[in-house]
Amino acid sequence: MTASRAGFDALHVQDVSRLYGRRRALSHVTLSCRAGEIVGLFGPNGAGKSTLLGVCATMIRATAGRVLYGDREARELGDALRGRIGVLGHDLFLYGDLTARENLEFFGRLYDVPNRRSRIAAALEHARLTDRAGDPVNRFSRGLRQRLALERALLHDPALVLLDEPFTGLDDESAAQLAVRLRALRDAGAIVLMATHDFDTADGLVDRAACLLAGRMRAIPAGSDRLRERYRRALTEASPTAPAASSAFAPGAASARHADD
Amino acid sequence: MTEIIRAAWLIAVKDLRVEARSRELIYTTVFFALSCLLVFAFAFVRGGRPIPDTAGGILWVVIVFAGTLALGRTFERERQTDTLRALLLAPVERPAVYLGKLAAVLLLLAAVEALVVPVVGVLFQAPIARAPWLLMGLLAAGTLGFAAVGTLFAAMLVRAQSRDVLLPVLLYPVTVPVIIGGVLGTRAIFAPEPDFDTARLMLTMLVFFDGVFITIALWVFGPVMSE
Repeated sequence: MTASRAGFDALHVQDVSRLYGRRRALSHVTLSCRAGEIVGLFGPNGAGKSTLLGVCATMIRATAGRVLYGDREARELGDALRGRIGVLGHDLFLYGDLTARENLEFFGRLYDVPNRRSRIAAALEHARLTDRAGDPVNRFSRGLRQRLALERALLHDPALVLLDEPFTGLDDESAAQLAVRLRALRDAGAIVLMATHDFDTADGLVDRAACLLAGRMRAIPAGSDRLRERYRRALTEASPTAPAASSAFAPGAASARHADD
Repeated sequence: MTEIIRAAWLIAVKDLRVEARSRELIYTTVFFALSCLLVFAFAFVRGGRPIPDTAGGILWVVIVFAGTLALGRTFERERQTDTLRALLLAPVERPAVYLGKLAAVLLLLAAVEALVVPVVGVLFQAPIARAPWLLMGLLAAGTLGFAAVGTLFAAMLVRAQSRDVLLPVLLYPVTVPVIIGGVLGTRAIFAPEPDFDTARLMLTMLVFFDGVFITIALWVFGPVMSE
């Protein structure tokens, strides 16, 4: 079901490196995500999480390595691939002078979303912004904008959802609703790759957890304890002599799975 | 092709809607253009009579300066909200983004010119109604050529720190043929003894430059905007 809906049912990042001048933002990163799972991407600031999401979103070109959408690369899939990817970045990709409805309308038309009116009405309802649909976005709080931005990213029913700090600015209730939304996406067969520092919310939400440290993938040890503790152990164990954990993030790798899943 | 035009139209309408809400560009460009005209009127009008053959040059200087102001903000707005990435992530061919931005700038500059041309006619006693279609053709072709290059350069400089300084430095030398063509053609119309053949020749030249500039811009915009 997912393969036919999406055109691809897996994302494979294979030995990807990305250099900015002499600085190595990503170093031989390998990661695979399948349709119907949420993969959490953790790591300290500047570890390369946003760069990796940018590479997966086709916004940043890998210096080396390749990214496969199913079994094909972005250049083979062309512009249409971007219509299957939904991105929520640090910046929210919203026009402040336009209303919430106008923002969704614009992106809905740009993505040629079918049943646009009903989809926009549903998106506004999901964001709990139906009564403020006519207000300019620059009058919204950060949390409201974040909710609208998420719906904008999901409006075209993407197969691959890339989220960079999606819980930023959300209150507890909104964060819980976002978690419900992400589970629904997973159940609908989307691939969700999410970079976050919010371990409490991510714990129990993500199916697998990956950790980036200075551009290198590190294993988050398996265990029954909290995700935050396992992440800390991964940071402690990471040393120049520790092996990179690329293979740990291949589909089905038990070491990275949540013990409680 | 229809997909590109459809996406370009969506982007242009969105830009105009944003502008209609903020009125940031129209106010600044119109105010700037009228200020320039006032300064030129003090400099070039003596005893109620303008210095001959200056109106065409003044008109184009004002259009170019006001146009630079507008072009600088075209992508700056998108950069500030990072919505440019959202446009580039959309499943539309990259030239559609360029064409949409260009169309919005052209419509804005057309509005500025609709105000500036009659003012030039009044202040500098320029016969703007002598050959209205030819004059409109020169203005349209000249503005298109200038904006076509300017939109591309504004996009190229969107990530540059000193983009405000670099835009005119890069833009003016490249668009010199367009500006000269516009000035010579307009001057030929405004002259006491009009030379419509020269004006038509300049119009032809401008249309040629437009074709070259737009073709190059459409060709390089995609690679330029790739990260």
